[in-house]
Amino acid sequence: MDPVETVGEAPRFRSMGDRGLLVELGEIIAPEVNRRVQQLMQQLERVRLAGVRELAPGYRSLLVVFDPLRIAADELKARITDICARPAAAGLPRAKLLTVPVFYGGDYGPDLQWVADHLRISADEVIRRHTGTIYRVYMIGFTPGYPYMGELPQSLAVPRRSTPRTRVPKGSVGIAQRQTGIYPVESPGGWQIIGWTPIELFEPRRSLPSLLEMGDRVKFEAVRPVEI
Amino acid sequence: MAGVNTFEVVSPGILSTVQDLGRFGCARYGVAVSGALDGFAARAANLLVGNDENAAVVETTLMGLRIKVLRDTHVAVTGGDLQPRTGSGPLPMWRSLRVREGETLVFAGAASGLRSYLAVAGGIQVAAVMGSRSTNLASGFGGFEGRALRKGDVLAAEPVQDPFRLADRAIAPEAVPVYASPWRLRIVWGPQDDQFAEEGRRLFSTAAFSVSPDSDRTGIRLKGPVIARRPGLADSIISEGVLPGAIQVPGDGQPIIILGETASGGYRKIATVITADLALLGQITPGDEVFFQAVSMQAAVRALREMESQLEQFRRCWK
Repeated sequence: MDPVETVGEAPRFRSMGDRGLLVELGEIIAPEVNRRVQQLMQQLERVRLAGVRELAPGYRSLLVVFDPLRIAADELKARITDICARPAAAGLPRAKLLTVPVFYGGDYGPDLQWVADHLRISADEVIRRHTGTIYRVYMIGFTPGYPYMGELPQSLAVPRRSTPRTRVPKGSVGIAQRQTGIYPVESPGGWQIIGWTPIELFEPRRSLPSLLEMGDRVKFEAVRPVEI
Repeated sequence: MAGVNTFEVVSPGILSTVQDLGRFGCARYGVAVSGALDGFAARAANLLVGNDENAAVVETTLMGLRIKVLRDTHVAVTGGDLQPRTGSGPLPMWRSLRVREGETLVFAGAASGLRSYLAVAGGIQVAAVMGSRSTNLASGFGGFEGRALRKGDVLAAEPVQDPFRLADRAIAPEAVPVYASPWRLRIVWGPQDDQFAEEGRRLFSTAAFSVSPDSDRTGIRLKGPVIARRPGLADSIISEGVLPGAIQVPGDGQPIIILGETASGGYRKIATVITADLALLGQITPGDEVFFQAVSMQAAVRALREMESQLEQFRRCWK
């Protein structure tokens, strides 16, 4: 069990229409805030409030989608305020640590050299910095199975591409600002692509369709493609 | 898959997919809700042919779907009027109909609205993936083989025991939604309306927006006056969950109404379309004009209750 147990400040509510309640649990991207999101989600799953249809976690908020004809927004807010004020009954499930093999640069990472030039360091130094940190998966979003991970060392922070690519290949490893991510399917994308991994991040027919979940940890490892 | 071969796709038209009312409970994996974009029409179509409201239907867009009927059965066509017809003439919409083996259903092109729904007694039989039969186009799963329908695809349906009870089910003309531009969509402000300039909010709730041609199942892209955020705020926010109907405003100030294929996003949402008007979003067509009308939360819930009681009436009279 994760030893951290956060009880604290009252959540801030914002309505997303008549059937969405955005519960904000902090202002910043930080593991403590993200753990509060995880904890609230876990507790709402346990109490199973009638009328709650979907829980969509973000970095610092949980979107609760509900049927306003089955549970009034005010009642939902009261229940959530109550849950947040009490210490969590159970800790969070143990996070996985996944090592992700990456082929950096060349056709696999077409932006690696741009990133190196932008930061005035060598491509090898970019790889060293990217593989030198264990990242937290803050949320899964954008496309199914896409892990938003952080935080990238400040010394590796780069802007998004000025023009997003219309097609980023499946398996591409990207960075943008203080985040890094992996594209689970081919999709448009604006992050700087520095490498590629063969791992399957999303398999819809698996009981747990996304390989990574919020709270998991990821370490990248540079590998060389075998020459044939 | 269980069921009996019922339809063969002769031509899929612009975009035809198998959808139910959406995939819930998977947002944590980044999986969007998908589903019929005009949920009212899909639910009505299913009720007309005696199905569960959440049964899978064919959603077809704009024009061109041609479907051959492989066995006698009952169908209902609802939603936008894509001028459906068979060899023997126009196919009446919003009612149950007996169709015969060998007939071809043709969706000639939109006279009103954008998306039409074809329900068949017993429901289209495809495997549920993550609890839903809806097609997730971006990631290629759910629906029919995880993709849009193609020429030659054969769709199966579960045969129903007593099809005669379906005869003469129809939705009264006054209960049929009107799909017409200019659209007046009711919204409630937020979640981030406080982060827009006063003038931005005023323009948003008074100006006309035109629907851009690059709209699709992910979102309705609008063009109009620039909706400015408050000075000093960055282009984007920390990513968070979103739902269909939320209206995000990216850096260029041009709103996008989020539809069914997005689970999260990093732009501010100035307002959200009320649930009772969500079904209309599925019928808004490039070139149309859109206005937003702010209503209270109470009015939004009241409108939803009215819509649900209408569907409840259909259910009661066809029990």
